[in-house]
Amino acid sequence: MIAIYKREMLSYFTGSIGYVFIAVFLALTGGMFSVCTLFMGESSSISTFFIGVMFIYSIVVPLLTMKSFSEERKSRTEQLLLTAPVSLTGMVMGKFFSAYTMFAGSFVLSCVNFYTLFRFGTPNVAVLVSYAVGILLIGAAYVAIGLFISSLTENQLIAAIATIGALIVMLVISFVNQYIDFYPVRAVLDWISIYSRFSNFTFGILDISSLFYYFSICFVFLFLTVRVYEKRRWS
Amino acid sequence: MIKIENLVKRYGQKYALDGISLEINHGDVVGFLGPNGAGKSTAMNIITGYLSASSGNVYINDISVLDDPILVKSMIGYLPEQPPLYIDMTVREYLNFVFDLKKCTYSRKKHIDEICSVVKITDVSNRVIRNLSKGYRQRVGIAQALIGNPPIIIMDEPTVGLDPKEIIEIRSLIRRLGERHTIILSSHILSEIQAICERIVIIDSGRIVADKPTDELARFVQANKKYNVKVAGPKSEVLALLMSLDGIKSALHTGEEDGGVYIYTVEAEAGVDVRKLIFSSLAENGWPMMGLEEQTVTLEDVFISIVDNNNYKKEKSKRASWDDDDNA
Repeated sequence: MIAIYKREMLSYFTGSIGYVFIAVFLALTGGMFSVCTLFMGESSSISTFFIGVMFIYSIVVPLLTMKSFSEERKSRTEQLLLTAPVSLTGMVMGKFFSAYTMFAGSFVLSCVNFYTLFRFGTPNVAVLVSYAVGILLIGAAYVAIGLFISSLTENQLIAAIATIGALIVMLVISFVNQYIDFYPVRAVLDWISIYSRFSNFTFGILDISSLFYYFSICFVFLFLTVRVYEKRRWS
Repeated sequence: MIKIENLVKRYGQKYALDGISLEINHGDVVGFLGPNGAGKSTAMNIITGYLSASSGNVYINDISVLDDPILVKSMIGYLPEQPPLYIDMTVREYLNFVFDLKKCTYSRKKHIDEICSVVKITDVSNRVIRNLSKGYRQRVGIAQALIGNPPIIIMDEPTVGLDPKEIIEIRSLIRRLGERHTIILSSHILSEIQAICERIVIIDSGRIVADKPTDELARFVQANKKYNVKVAGPKSEVLALLMSLDGIKSALHTGEEDGGVYIYTVEAEAGVDVRKLIFSSLAENGWPMMGLEEQTVTLEDVFISIVDNNNYKKEKSKRASWDDDDNA
């Protein structure tokens, strides 16, 4: 697993994708931050920023995960990984942690933005921290979903577009919710929705059920990724 | 060392492997020979644990791939048909990665240096794989399989797409590796397998049609040698003479050249060298021989003769069983 993690990290930075990702990530996050706080005037609230980046990351993260498995499949290098003395779980986790390191690292870098809040105002630290934790958890869920979709196809572009689509659907599902009268459907949609869980972090509370939700999303999709490989061997 | 038991791989209705059983001993160099799509790669992919069989089992040192895949995989070095190279890495970065991946415990630098010098890639070890020629990529692929010094090395068509000089080098490399490792390799070129392997397993449409030591197969192949003879002389008389000679099974007129030269294809009987006889008897009659060449035996010829032979045996055994029925 560590070998695969190291190789993934190396591949992000020997090619251009790592640098491009970090640059785009920081630019979009910074832009969103300026728009939502600095230019907002009196009614500025940090929650607008976090909701904004949640959508931005649903487009940026797939750029990170799209090649994880599809490229290996296309170039047949997966044959090396699958015939090496490594478990499937180890392989998937190596890929997951490397992509997540890129995401979390970039996000931590972007936290420099918050300096301006402390410089010109008195932000609520608890709210800020719980939002940041929420974003890091959402990122993990995004990465897991992206990896799963990448394992389904050998075409990177399809992987990216499908992941963006899936993530956006999971985000907006709770907005559609208001128009549904039938309670059971609404409850299910609400349960699936990434967005509605996020609002729990609004008050600076680390809600256990939300933490559990994001962890279980990660677990389910990573598990499914392992199953995809398992199944391909047998088919 | 390797025991393959009744391996079957099915894709829908199609059988890629249809009941292959095989035992390979420690130190053997075995060649899988067969046309494209015969199931050679599928068999190798199953032995290495990349694919799973629909039924049947593979044991390495009595351990099933299904029971302890990680242990079994650590005993095999595999070079797939297309070398699994990360083309954005340098050769050394790549080999370091494989070293970590296989969780080797050797001294890293020494082990990798040693392998680089064995497959002769030391001088390109700091170049990016993307920029290497096909021959060098193939060597890096072999180097990858050698890392960790696994007792078994499996190579799928290791010389495809290389130039003749590279082919000769890779062959001699494999022969040297055969002194210390158990090797399985595949090819659809008979002469290549003959040059490297001690034992040849011929696979066709998912079945083993022959499994023989190389020299035995060579004898089998030589059994019915064919020659092309060019003679300047009267067509039908020469043909009659050729057919009348001892040790000649059949003779056919197959072509014609300018100046009254005719070409005949002569099939000799098993184990008889008829060349001298053809020469001297033509000379006695004053018909100059313009050329005599042995037809090279191709995979197809071996195939056809083996498959025919098998069919013949099958029919015979069928007939025998009918006879038994009659008796009963």
